[in-house]
Amino acid sequence: MHHERTHWRSFEQPYAVTHQPLGVQMATRREWVIASDIQHIEPLVSEVINLCLEAGLSPRACRLNIPVALTEALSNAIVCGNREDVRRPVTTCFVLDHEALTLEITDDGDGFDASCVSFSPEDADWLHREDGRGLFLMRSLMDRVELQRPSLSKPGHTVRLVLNRA
Amino acid sequence: MPFVIETAEDVLVVGVVGQLVVGNRQEFKQSVLDEVERGARRVLVDFTETGYVDSSGLGALVSLNKRLREVGGEMRLTALNEDMRTLFELTRLDTLFKLYASRADALAQF
Repeated sequence: MHHERTHWRSFEQPYAVTHQPLGVQMATRREWVIASDIQHIEPLVSEVINLCLEAGLSPRACRLNIPVALTEALSNAIVCGNREDVRRPVTTCFVLDHEALTLEITDDGDGFDASCVSFSPEDADWLHREDGRGLFLMRSLMDRVELQRPSLSKPGHTVRLVLNRA
Repeated sequence: MPFVIETAEDVLVVGVVGQLVVGNRQEFKQSVLDEVERGARRVLVDFTETGYVDSSGLGALVSLNKRLREVGGEMRLTALNEDMRTLFELTRLDTLFKLYASRADALAQF
């Protein structure tokens, strides 16, 4: 697996990206670190979508599943995890191989309690609530969604989104 | 410009250009609320030039719909592409809003 990481500590620029050509047969890993500002979400999502299109992922996945799920995960990390504190980073790790796309979004804060935001269309107030659909959308649009805390001794939570290529 | 606001046949038509997501939902919401404060009661959101909508964008639509109903108004949506229809069906919001294929259809039936 090719692995290249760029970690910008100062966050003076909206996001960092490595540059490495994608090959169909090789797994590729890239990483971005952004400050916790929701205005950084769209440019990052756009970068990821360009990589996915370049790698031949389905147009529908690139129009719907990936951008919406990634936007939700980044939004949760920035707003819920890092409380929009621009000093706190959000890291997005992109891994694409012949089987699946895996996106890992890690915040620097408290993450979010999935049990508190696991609303469903079965809930009585589902149609009328303004928020609470993000996790449902991630789970609906991706093949697998995992929430984990990488280290018990440090803050930060990771959302892993997996979309199979087949 | 992310939103194009115009009036057609006494209906406020709001065109969403690009995405309706967490980064611009507040601007979208406030733009429409300002028009409601000025008296708009029939609002049509046109997604002809929209890429995708996230849960924040959906939430903004739900919130505006609620506000319009409170003042005796109504919000309708038009020109959702196939992907956006999928989102509305997944979230069942297709049962909350009246959806139209085109702006002309929506205006004719408003």
